[in-house]
Amino acid sequence: MTSPIRSMKEFLTGIIYMTIGSGAVLISVLGDYKIGNAVKMGPAYFPMVLSFILIFIGLISLIRSFIKPGTPIGAFAVNGLVLVIIPTVLFGLLARKLGIIVMLPFLVIVSSYASRQFRWGPALALAVGMTIFCTLIFIKGLGVPLPILGSWFGG
Amino acid sequence: MELIANLGIGLGVAATPINLLYCLAGVFLGTLIGVLPGLGPTATISMLLPITFSLPPVSALIMLAGIYYGSQYGGSTTSILVNLPGEAASVVTTIDGYQMARQGRAGVALTTAAIGSFFAGTVATLLLALFAPPLAEVALKFGPADYFSLMVLGLVASVVLAHGSLLHAIGMVVLGLLLGLIGSDVTSGGQRFTFGLPQLADGIGFVVVAMGMFGLSEIIRNLEPGDDRAGLVTSKITRLMPTKEDWKRMVKPILRGTALGSILGILPGSGSILGSFAAYSLEKKLSKYSREFGKGAIEGVAAPEAANNAGAQTSFIPMLTLGIPSNPVMALMAGAMIIQGIQPGPAVITEQPALFWGIIVSMWIGNLFLVILNLPLIGIWVRIIMVPYRFLYPAILSFCAIGVFSLNNSEFDIFLMALFGLLGYLFIKLDCEPAPMLLAFILGPLMEEYLRRAMLMSRGNPMVFLQRPISATLLLMALVAILLVFIPAFSKTREEAFVDEG
Repeated sequence: MTSPIRSMKEFLTGIIYMTIGSGAVLISVLGDYKIGNAVKMGPAYFPMVLSFILIFIGLISLIRSFIKPGTPIGAFAVNGLVLVIIPTVLFGLLARKLGIIVMLPFLVIVSSYASRQFRWGPALALAVGMTIFCTLIFIKGLGVPLPILGSWFGG
Repeated sequence: MELIANLGIGLGVAATPINLLYCLAGVFLGTLIGVLPGLGPTATISMLLPITFSLPPVSALIMLAGIYYGSQYGGSTTSILVNLPGEAASVVTTIDGYQMARQGRAGVALTTAAIGSFFAGTVATLLLALFAPPLAEVALKFGPADYFSLMVLGLVASVVLAHGSLLHAIGMVVLGLLLGLIGSDVTSGGQRFTFGLPQLADGIGFVVVAMGMFGLSEIIRNLEPGDDRAGLVTSKITRLMPTKEDWKRMVKPILRGTALGSILGILPGSGSILGSFAAYSLEKKLSKYSREFGKGAIEGVAAPEAANNAGAQTSFIPMLTLGIPSNPVMALMAGAMIIQGIQPGPAVITEQPALFWGIIVSMWIGNLFLVILNLPLIGIWVRIIMVPYRFLYPAILSFCAIGVFSLNNSEFDIFLMALFGLLGYLFIKLDCEPAPMLLAFILGPLMEEYLRRAMLMSRGNPMVFLQRPISATLLLMALVAILLVFIPAFSKTREEAFVDEG
């Protein structure tokens, strides 16, 4: 352990807070949001105050990360992250085009794959079950405007 | 006897067959999803919220309220049976509840929780009926500065109650406030932080954030290597009836838990969490069986469960009278009211008496349904708890994806939910709790609005927050709450209380 950073959690949190804080300041400045004054606050007044507080908190966190030892972050669920986030985004992109008859089974099976106990049989059964269930409840019952068969199939 | 007349109005609304049905459906669905390990009321309500959009306002709110206590009670069931609390408020129940289950007394623990909850729910509903109208009148005296300070108190309370580092909790609150400001600025009408995206012009939907941070990121966390979610139902549930000895031991804890929970539930920012922790600690101090605590003491289930449910009811008070949601669940309820065209606030009681009293009476009916439903159906809940997580989470994910789309029929919300899922997971890994952020997110635009008005009226003099008695009192309470954290005894309890939550 030669790194001067003694708490990775503090360090990263500090960086995130400072990045978001400075990002908000930057956007306010570039977007020419008016600050105004305490009596008549412009659109940038409150966000500016918040951004500087956030940057300040980030800074303290950053300094603390070199002083106070912390617990390690621990393993990331890389599998889980990829296999949950990506199919969700794809679901959003393609649900209208392919229809939920394709995208729901896709979402269910791909996300199931993130589990270490994944088996094709149960995953397929779950996909079929969920598709029927969601079609009946959400599409037919509640009238959610997602096509069963998407526009690419002429649906 | 205005109260009786009012409750009569409420009964007339809540006891119509159709609303009884929605109440029952809400309680049932709420419990059904709430017993699923890891799904607390916030996630459950955000998932089920879209279902209520097509209902008339009263029915929608009755159903949502039912979902709320259903999911909370479901969370207690999971805490007792498999040691997995669905949300912070049932964390303490796991301590003795799970031990009781391991000793083969799961049935008794569940009955105790149900009785405690029902009693507390009844008392707290009455309190709500008694105190909401006068409080709504007080609320009319609230000026912008007072509202601002009230929200400060709420946020401070949520920070104090968050586990992990205080600094990071404050950071999460500030971040939440900032995120809440995305969209159109009310005063100038200009766009802020929208990156030129028209979908962000109205800001980010609260449910989108809740589903991302409580639904998706929770799934990802549960998929972490090495986490086997080993909790198993330890034994068959044989007897539900408590013994005579049990009855005797649970009476006082339930009474004290109800009192504590009702009072603490009103405080903004706490909801039912503070009450259940406080009730547990109090019993541990007062009980002559204090040595049994942690090893399956029935008091350790009765008191926090009563407090938890009492707090769940009384936390409606700030939302219904002031229009200020005091926790993420209430924020969802307030959001649902706005979607239904009702602005939460002191005017609701006078302008919509049928709605207001209908909801209150339905709360009591909902609590009754909980008892009637839960004890006979316990076998079903146990079976649901046993569903392996690998089947559960793809289903949750599907509900979230379709549900979040249905809010605005917009794919963009699905992308945002995925983004918040990612962010939420990152924050979990960094020990930054998402709950305070979520509350701040909903309060952000309100706080700015009231700050602006307060400062405009005081001509830019910030002392206005200390000169107005209500505002000064609220800020003083916030200061005390912060100082409490630095008192060693309190911070130790705070650490202990959150140790199991991990």
